[in-house]
Amino acid sequence: MLFSRLRGPSLAVLTCALGALSLSACATTGDAASQTPTASASSSSKDRTMAAGLDGWTNQDPYPSTYRGLPRQNMAIVGATVLTGAGQKIEGGVVVVTDGRIAAVGGADTPVPAGHQVVDARGRFVTPGIIDIHSHLGVYPSPGVQGMSDGNEATNPNTAQVWAEHSIWPQDPGFNTARAGGVTTAHILPGSANLFGGRGVTVRNVPSVTMQGMKFPNAPYGLKMACGENPSRVYGSRNQSPATGMGNVAGYRTAFIAAQDYKEKWDKWRETGQGTPPTRNLQLETLAGVLDGSILVQNHCYRADEMAVMLDVAKEFGYKITTFHHAVEAYKVAPLLAREGVCAAMWTGWWGFKMEALDGIEENAALTDAPEGSCAVIHSDDAELIQRLNQETAAALSAGRRAGMDISEEHAISWITLNAAKAIGIDKETGSLESGKRADVVIWSADPFSIYARADQVFIDGGLAYDRANPAFQPVSDFELGQPGFGVSAAGVAQGAR
Amino acid sequence: MRIKTLLAGAVAAFALTSPALAQDVAITGGQVLTGTSVIENGTVVIRNGKVVSVGTGAAPAGLRVIDARGKIVTPGFVAVDSGLAGTEVGSVRGSNDLANRANTLTAAFDLSYGLDPWSFTLPVARLGGVTRAVVTPQHGGSGGGHSHDDSDFAGAGQGGFQTPGLFAGQAAVIKLGGSDILVKPRVAMVAPFGEAGAAVAGGARGAEFVLFKETLGEVRAYARNKAAYERADMRALSLSRADMEALIPVADGRMPLIVTVNRASDIQQVLRLAREEGIKVILDGAAEGWLVADEIAAAKVPVILHPTTNLPSNFEMRAARMQNAAALNAAGVVIALKGNEGAAHRARDIRYNAGNAVSHGLPFAAAIQAITVNPARIFGFDGQFGELKAGAAGDVVVWSGDPLEPLSQPSAVLIDGVEQPLQARNLLLRDRYRTGGEGAMPPAYGN
Repeated sequence: MLFSRLRGPSLAVLTCALGALSLSACATTGDAASQTPTASASSSSKDRTMAAGLDGWTNQDPYPSTYRGLPRQNMAIVGATVLTGAGQKIEGGVVVVTDGRIAAVGGADTPVPAGHQVVDARGRFVTPGIIDIHSHLGVYPSPGVQGMSDGNEATNPNTAQVWAEHSIWPQDPGFNTARAGGVTTAHILPGSANLFGGRGVTVRNVPSVTMQGMKFPNAPYGLKMACGENPSRVYGSRNQSPATGMGNVAGYRTAFIAAQDYKEKWDKWRETGQGTPPTRNLQLETLAGVLDGSILVQNHCYRADEMAVMLDVAKEFGYKITTFHHAVEAYKVAPLLAREGVCAAMWTGWWGFKMEALDGIEENAALTDAPEGSCAVIHSDDAELIQRLNQETAAALSAGRRAGMDISEEHAISWITLNAAKAIGIDKETGSLESGKRADVVIWSADPFSIYARADQVFIDGGLAYDRANPAFQPVSDFELGQPGFGVSAAGVAQGAR
Repeated sequence: MRIKTLLAGAVAAFALTSPALAQDVAITGGQVLTGTSVIENGTVVIRNGKVVSVGTGAAPAGLRVIDARGKIVTPGFVAVDSGLAGTEVGSVRGSNDLANRANTLTAAFDLSYGLDPWSFTLPVARLGGVTRAVVTPQHGGSGGGHSHDDSDFAGAGQGGFQTPGLFAGQAAVIKLGGSDILVKPRVAMVAPFGEAGAAVAGGARGAEFVLFKETLGEVRAYARNKAAYERADMRALSLSRADMEALIPVADGRMPLIVTVNRASDIQQVLRLAREEGIKVILDGAAEGWLVADEIAAAKVPVILHPTTNLPSNFEMRAARMQNAAALNAAGVVIALKGNEGAAHRARDIRYNAGNAVSHGLPFAAAIQAITVNPARIFGFDGQFGELKAGAAGDVVVWSGDPLEPLSQPSAVLIDGVEQPLQARNLLLRDRYRTGGEGAMPPAYGN
């Protein structure tokens, strides 16, 4: 990772901003992740050489992305109704893609550079690729059998040391069905059994034999934290802490006290080079990454009152919560979330399956979106819903309009595009159709807010990743080969377009 | 403004709980989807709670008129495999009366006793146009095929529980309005087959089928020899008397058996079993049904399914496809489409599921049928509800647009001719917090 290592809680936000800047900077110089220590890490003149793997700061990207992108060609998508993701709607728009990046977006008069293939999208709709910031694809894959259930290291309330990427099974057929629903980027998280579930990772939704081949180059890691019923139920039922909400909070605080201490020791050792170097601790290293702002907190938290407590915990230890997930009650504290600059990721339809989900309402996204400075996101947490995030957004939009709110489609699409990108720290790279960004583009058969709309073509970094009309671009995972129904069309439709 | 809001809230709260009176009414000017046909500029007349005519004439003089010009009029939707009125909060065991988990009663379990007309799930479902439901006992194979939010921590498979026997109990039909919601109890028996059924029997499918046939044999023996049974002059039987009594109509082929089954080969076995035993079955799930659609059609067995199941969530649905509904329908199978997550809190999603079936090949008219006419027919209520025709219940929904579209909303919902309040707990919450909850007085005063 290229994130600058400014220290101290007060600099956490600045560090985030620098991180985002470095993300876009490295995008212009290629995707290869840095494996060399940055200047600040080796600024001391003293010899602090340690054996490989003992100093996490010398290699912050030990499982580097090998993502290369699919074959691509320069093109111009013309004639569609374009929802840019950044709030604009352009009728008869032109989206120019050059070298895998958005080169221009505009009206029908936008010039198409010579040599660009023209894609006729008249009568259709174009949006940025959909981003799901809460997915367990690969870690809770299909089939959901015991041997493949790798999403929760439910062995201790604090497993900040585990990384979801080490559980990802790239052959999960769900990646393919999600892509057919327009999903080009997903944040894969550990589950919510623990207070600290571990690191989440952002992936490009391309078929790959290895996890590394999907990894979104230079995207920041997330730390999955969980409020509420899940940790207290899991550990309370084992007669272990946390068994209550207050036990949960004591658990966060205890962990961050240890993390502050750990971070100070390393900081001091790096500055002075004197004494014995601290012993590397993967759990504390991730928490220290939260404290320095390089790892973004992705906090599962249903209830409004618990979100308010978590915001205070964050202030107590000087870190920032980037996004509340499953924020079923975000609408009850919408102004607070907007003031704090925290994103809230929500479902539209799910409610009532447990006490902390009781007050889930379809208007959540619309109400949470309303205050100035808000960041409303629709997420899935589900291998079926991820295929229809556009519909989940349509239902949220419809509920807002039912409440008399004036919300446009070009605005609401940001809940699964640009706001989603912000919520996982990749908005400089993707999430909207704006010049310079990655060409993650979906051509829809109809208005994506219609139940009948289908993703006709999905481009990732300008490469055609899915084509509903062409079986050559309908990937099928290894798992599905030779299984019942393999290769057989259902109602005249090939397996890859299921 | 403040006072106005408060008053509106008070009226709404009252309307949510007070029984309304049946009114004679005409719904005019809309595009009417009767369930089996389309009438432009149609007029639906309801008297004494029932539809008396559906046509294009003017509304009878003196009748209250609901103006549906520019709108679409449908029968109320019928939720199948539903948990409506049987559960409030999924994880709160005391509020869930859909599953018989812990005693030896199996087939005799009658969930109709536990259904609550005041359940807050009913007004929410009405906002999605649902007016009737087939409330169905839950078992280890129930549901839409997935869990979320780590409710299944161990990854031990779906459902997480087993019924104490081969049968999960009996379903009931309800309407979603009034204080007496039970339309008919004990309309069908439920039995998990496939992986869930095998688990109940001890782990293997072969055990379940043998046990099942043996059980039916015992039920028939009991039915023939009740007097001997009462005298204790009969061989020992594996089920209680209550269970055997409940199973007699199943063994006789009078009560349909809802068989939850997904694998194509399991479907074939169940069809064979039904033929051999002379029982009437309804397939539930049938994720791989499209592979054997012709066999299902030839057996004249209806299917209730979740049309967005398209992942190999487990080994009995590796061939799951979005085109399942379309393929079954094309083969001539009578299908009904489910809502999501047990069709209680998310019964309202039934219209979206129908829309997705359409975008994957099911004709629009067939999708409407699959959430109105077909479920009524499958459970023996042909012509009684789920259709706008003379003699049917006055269950009508007026929509702002295509009812399968998320951007459409209902503007009127009638059940037995009674216009229902378009109010629900979720809307009360919405209105309490619509201004951000940071006024001078805490939101709790804003009810």
